[in-house]
Amino acid sequence: MSDLISQNLNMIFKTPKGETVHALKDLNFTLKKGELLTVLGPSGCGKTTLLNITAGFIRPTSGVITLNNKEIDGPGVERGMVFQQGALFEWLTVAENVNFGLRMKREDPIQTAKKVDEWLEIVGLQGFGNTPTYQLSGGMQQRVALARCLINDPDLILMDEPLGALDALTREKMQSLVLKIWKETGKTIILITHSVEEALLLGERLYVMAPRPGRIHKEYNLPFALMGLKEDLREIKKNKDFSAKREEILEMIWNMEEEIMGKDI
Amino acid sequence: MLTQIVTFLIFVAVIGCILYGRKLIKTEKVDAVFGNPERALGGTHWVIVGSSFLLLIWLYYSWDIAKGFYPKSANELCQVAKVNDSLLGLKYQFPIEEREFKSTSQIKKENKNLNLILNEIQNSQEMDNQQKTVLAGFIKKTNQLIPLLTNEDLIENETKQKINDITGKINLLTENFQKPNYPFETEQELNERLKAVSEEGGWGIVKVQSGTGSIENTMEVPLIPATDRGLKFHAAAQELNLISDEFFKLRNHNPQFKNQIKQLKDDIKSYRNDLSDSEEVASTYAKNIVKIARRIEFASIYPPNALNKMQNAIIKFDNAQLKIQGGLRLIDILLFPAGTIVASGPSCSEQGSGRWLPKPSDTFNKFILMSKPSVGYKDIPLLWIDMVDVSKMIGFILPDWIADILPGEYPVHTKDGIVKENFKGNVLKVVTGDFKLFKVPVPYGHIWDSFLRVFLGLVFGIIIGVPLGLFMGLNRFAKGFFDPLIELYRPVPPLAWAPLIISVLGIDNTGKVFLLFMVSLSIMIISARAGASGTQLSKIHAAHSLGASKRQILRHVIFPNSLPEILTGIRVAVGMCWGTLVAAEFLAGTTGIGFVENVAKKYFQYEVIWITIFIMGMLGLLFDITLRKIIDKTIPWRGKG
Repeated sequence: MSDLISQNLNMIFKTPKGETVHALKDLNFTLKKGELLTVLGPSGCGKTTLLNITAGFIRPTSGVITLNNKEIDGPGVERGMVFQQGALFEWLTVAENVNFGLRMKREDPIQTAKKVDEWLEIVGLQGFGNTPTYQLSGGMQQRVALARCLINDPDLILMDEPLGALDALTREKMQSLVLKIWKETGKTIILITHSVEEALLLGERLYVMAPRPGRIHKEYNLPFALMGLKEDLREIKKNKDFSAKREEILEMIWNMEEEIMGKDI
Repeated sequence: MLTQIVTFLIFVAVIGCILYGRKLIKTEKVDAVFGNPERALGGTHWVIVGSSFLLLIWLYYSWDIAKGFYPKSANELCQVAKVNDSLLGLKYQFPIEEREFKSTSQIKKENKNLNLILNEIQNSQEMDNQQKTVLAGFIKKTNQLIPLLTNEDLIENETKQKINDITGKINLLTENFQKPNYPFETEQELNERLKAVSEEGGWGIVKVQSGTGSIENTMEVPLIPATDRGLKFHAAAQELNLISDEFFKLRNHNPQFKNQIKQLKDDIKSYRNDLSDSEEVASTYAKNIVKIARRIEFASIYPPNALNKMQNAIIKFDNAQLKIQGGLRLIDILLFPAGTIVASGPSCSEQGSGRWLPKPSDTFNKFILMSKPSVGYKDIPLLWIDMVDVSKMIGFILPDWIADILPGEYPVHTKDGIVKENFKGNVLKVVTGDFKLFKVPVPYGHIWDSFLRVFLGLVFGIIIGVPLGLFMGLNRFAKGFFDPLIELYRPVPPLAWAPLIISVLGIDNTGKVFLLFMVSLSIMIISARAGASGTQLSKIHAAHSLGASKRQILRHVIFPNSLPEILTGIRVAVGMCWGTLVAAEFLAGTTGIGFVENVAKKYFQYEVIWITIFIMGMLGLLFDITLRKIIDKTIPWRGKG
């Protein structure tokens, strides 16, 4: 019912110089409700383009993408987005940022305040409601962005390298948080990353994309996300299967990068 | 009194701070690395020394220290200046301050002039040889006049006697001048003089015509001698004036000279009469020769040694007056830097830095005086409060047509000459403010007017400029459509618009507010546009996917995101408006702080000029500090996002 279905999705850009760039070519995939998809690939393979199309910020050149059998033709509340740098509104406090979506819907401020407190607790920011966002650390800012997105109760959450700018320790904590939220809310999530480890850890499904033209190179179904809900993430990284997969994908991406470099030279 | 205390405090502060600074250097690490920025931190005591020096320079070069410690010195120096002024003509006859005798330099000059004319005549193409010979003869005769004056044997006994008389008078004056009781003054004269002195007032006293509420120039230097020493010089100056007049009336004309010059004049006159119209050149030369002869006639040319005694007498008097000056000379040299008091004719004035650099004490007194609402400047106080009835404001705000559109007619007077008000008439009274309510204080005055103009210009600029700028930052049509309009008028210096706008909209508030509106509008548009187009796309995307509508994004994302730029724009606009306003008030107007400065300039009221400069600086600073506070409060995230 509430699936994300992409049919023959094509995206062609024209650069200012007049060259055409085939950012996405004939993309076909189906994402069921409650699935967590991670997308991995070298830079320029169309990951962000895919996400922007899904969010409705840009239209595909051809093809259709539907959510709940409704064609996506613009940004909407049912698709929440978390950006790499948080994209928080620094003129608002943490609570006001989280509250933003509800305020735009003109919901009763007393009830929304309760909701905001609940969500701040879930992302581990209780007591930070009145703090200006520019005083937060990078990890805390991403927690705010997450809460701000989730409070709207979207069907689909799109994450554009949300943990890319964090240090290793914070990143690990945030990965657990993403898994925890995924399990507790049962949301469909698409997470873009360029860390192979992160893609393996978080992805129930994993697409490795290839550039020029942007396409899905290989698809994996992984057990690690479900394991991560019970075990410590560091333990999973020691798993032999995990290491093998990581080496395989790394090699795949290396080959792609080499191919691009060769083409350039 | 104030000056003395301040000067004393300055010296104490400077010495104290220097001692403290030296002590601090000793206790701190001496071998600190050169170039470490930490070494420039702190140092309030050096700030005190710096500002003290600034104040001291002001006090010193405005001669306020002289005024504070020796309030009578200017008056005494004025009397000395009178003597110098009277002595000047006599001194110039001798090599006392000049290099040579006046007679010598005069003879040199006239010989040169005669040679010049001779050369011109000989080289002239327009005259025949006969004329040239005649003119050369005239020149020779003119030249021969000089030895008749400089020959000691020819000088008349009468002239000699007169020179001796004058010399005797100077010597007598010198002798009397050194006596302690010179000049003799009766008790009545003394009382009259002292009364006149107290009526005249002291040095740098502000005269106020309280009746008209206007500030006059300060009394520059009191003229009537107030001290005994001053009186001495005053009396000597008067006597010297008489002596000098006598000398310059004297002519060293002996019979031979008189004959010779009469003959020369007659010859030239008849020669010129005989010339025809076509020989104008020769006539002009002849006329010039007569002119030189006349100059020789009226110059005080004497034989080389004839005035020796008189020269000695003058030198003796000069030495005597320097001796009598005594400590006054020291004050003149030390406390009147870059100039002194000079007398020209009947009046004395400050000449030098003390003239254009007003004394701090005078400036302070005048500022206090001007701040009084009853004095102000040009019948308007600097800043005061007027009680205005609220009904006036209501009448101003409500448009008058409200009464016109009501049904019915306005009341008409009856046969008995009585007007009976009806409802419509009463409404008219309300909308025109023709009723009484309670009064509220409203500020007015020069400062308030200037402030209000800047404020209104700025507010209109913000109200129109910010939305337009945001719109232009988001919309291609708006940017393209309004850009030419703004880019056409913005590069023109605002003052270039001023004459046009003032002549169209009038010299009062309307013109100036419009001018300032133009200044602030372009700045606000540009800053709001930069703010809007600088919004990160990810923030707009985030707002979109959080369900915000276009209007909400504009209100809740783009506007707050542009606030730093907008507020910086306001800060720039305030500075620009302030500068433009003062210049616009210079051009035309009847109130405002720039107007005050412009009028003060016309009347050479240096203190008022400095006061306006000070007020403008303080107001500019106040604006900037206020805005900085507002910026810190409203956009604390600036530079941290």
